Amino acid sequence: MIQLQDIEKVYRTKTIETVALNRVNLHVERGEFVSIMGPSGCGKSTLLNIMGLLDEPTSGVVSIDGQPVKTHSDKQLAKLRNEKIGFVFQSYHLIHDLSVVDNVELPLLYRNISGGERRKRALAALEKVGLSTRTRHFPSQLSGGQRQRVAIARALAGAPEIILADEPTGNLDSVMGEEIMEILLRLNREEGTTIVMVTHDEHMAHKTNRLIRFFDGQQVADSLVLEAQI
Amino acid sequence: MLKNYFKIAWAVLQRRKFFTFISLFGISFTLMVLMVVTSLFDHVFGPQMPERGTDRLLFVNNLREEQGEGYSSSGPPSYYFLDRYVRRMQTPEKVSINSVFNPVNSYIHNKKLALDIKHTDQQFWEILDFHFLEGNPFGALEVKNASRVAVINQTTRKNYFGTGPALGQTIEVDQVKYRVIGVVEDVPVLRIQSYADVWVPITLKSQDFKDTGLRGGYFATIKARQAADIPKIKEEYARIIQQVSQLNPKEKKQVHSYPDTILESFARNFLGSGKEDKVGFLYTMLALAAFLFMLLPTINLVNINISRIMERASEIGVRKAFGASSNTIIGQFVVENVFLTLLGGLLGFLLSAGVLALINDSGIIIYAQLGLNLRVFAWGLFLCLVFGLISGVYPAFKMSRLHAVEALRGGSK
Ligand SMILES: Nc1ncnc2c1ncn2[C@@H]1O[C@H](COP(=O)(O)OP(=O)(O)OP(=O)(O)O)[C@@H](O)[C@H]1O
Ligand SMILES: [Mg+2]
Repeated sequence: MIQLQDIEKVYRTKTIETVALNRVNLHVERGEFVSIMGPSGCGKSTLLNIMGLLDEPTSGVVSIDGQPVKTHSDKQLAKLRNEKIGFVFQSYHLIHDLSVVDNVELPLLYRNISGGERRKRALAALEKVGLSTRTRHFPSQLSGGQRQRVAIARALAGAPEIILADEPTGNLDSVMGEEIMEILLRLNREEGTTIVMVTHDEHMAHKTNRLIRFFDGQQVADSLVLEAQI
Repeated sequence: MLKNYFKIAWAVLQRRKFFTFISLFGISFTLMVLMVVTSLFDHVFGPQMPERGTDRLLFVNNLREEQGEGYSSSGPPSYYFLDRYVRRMQTPEKVSINSVFNPVNSYIHNKKLALDIKHTDQQFWEILDFHFLEGNPFGALEVKNASRVAVINQTTRKNYFGTGPALGQTIEVDQVKYRVIGVVEDVPVLRIQSYADVWVPITLKSQDFKDTGLRGGYFATIKARQAADIPKIKEEYARIIQQVSQLNPKEKKQVHSYPDTILESFARNFLGSGKEDKVGFLYTMLALAAFLFMLLPTINLVNINISRIMERASEIGVRKAFGASSNTIIGQFVVENVFLTLLGGLLGFLLSAGVLALINDSGIIIYAQLGLNLRVFAWGLFLCLVFGLISGVYPAFKMSRLHAVEALRGGSK
């Protein structure tokens, strides 16, 4: 599904050079629920952004469905992001000026879909995250957990094959976190959506079926989570 | 898509009330000033009753004599000069000689009425396009006989006769009685070549005709057969002036006088010393002034827009993450800005209409009817769009280049 080969990411500022990712090789298979763990600053977000085509690696090859994306134009990348990938960010990143349902419609906006159909799919996505009663609210009128559920609904609305979630529960208390986790697990189980999630929470990580550990820009472990460990 | 752009544009405008206010105020105020100025410019220089076919009209209203070192004087030419030389020109279709307007007093029911009177020939009425509300102009016969007849304007008619009949009645101006034979629409005072309250036959002032000096108190209005003849007329006029200069070689006199369009005559007499043609200079100045005037609000707008769009870096990041290409982002911001500027434009038009109505009502410019004409309207709309594009495209372009990650982080780079 998504394949990373020899990915390096180096940030250069005037004084220092930070190697955020050092020769990373990773292949995420269709239908997997992968969690990524590692200490702060080890390059998890960088990795996720590169997987999601939001950022370019300094060197290495990113392939989506076997197709290297290096030579893709801005427009082609936008289309890939739009159709294949859904993002969930730690700090939600909802658009304040839009209502909940308009936020959820966002990925559909960049497709050739009628307004009525967009609305229908957005409402269905909100239904899945249990927010059918809050569609006309604005993000500022919602709790953190509700906001993250809106963000997940937005990621779902376009029916992407893969969802990339960067610490989706990082800003939430454990009860809310559990709720979000349940939604993601159900998505993976029932709809076969591939999910890659960065988390600091061992407990959450152990609910997924593959755990990758990072340290200093390098992959140090990649293990299937055994049912018994849960 | 477009509907959604509008939706978010509207939401953004509502949320950022201060920003919206500043932008809208800047746009509409600037536009308003521009519109009023254009309208004034139009009023002064554009084709307008009674000087409608301006592309075929030339005016002589100044003559400058220079003699030896330093001595020079200028003013309207004399009847003698115009009659002897200009009237006999070959290239024009028609030439009219008319006096400058003179202020006179008139009394009605013991009330003083200050009027401007102008003495004209019959050609004056043939060349110019006066709108007669009642009666007719005077013709060759009345001019030849120096009949005491008058054409008056609407306002004078109202002051004198109210709602009663005017034609055939007499008005007394400067202790002379005239019979009213026509009533015309008011002519704005800035049309100095045609303006007056009362027009009477030029022969009533025949005492002026004998003075053989070159300067006096008369204008000539020249009509060309077709617009293309204008240069020929100017050439012929130049030859005449050459000839007049050399009439008396001992005097070493230099004469300058030109048949000008309204704009040329303004530029020549107000910006120059009555010799050089300053139209190019006038246009340059006007363009420069307009440019400088617009520059500030535009820069301001670009600035506000940049910071406003920067604030929305995260939104841009999110949109990119969910499939907006750079071009889509530019499109969105351009639509937003064009929407904002058109809104400002609309307000500007309302404001301009209000201000023009105020100017008209206040009577600052006598008999002026400033209006939002179609040309000014089109200009305003065009300026609005230029505003919108300049102030929107650049920041949008800049922001759209941002990588999605950077934008999500807040566009700090
Ligand atoms: N734009 C940038 N410029 C310079 N250095 C950067 C930039 N973004 C990230 N880095 C550096 O790259 C490294 C990896 O950053 P990254 O955000 O991927 O870490 P992370 O694993 O997500 O950390 P956290 O768990 O705290 O979110 C860090 O050392 C960080 O300082
Ligand atoms: Mg991170």
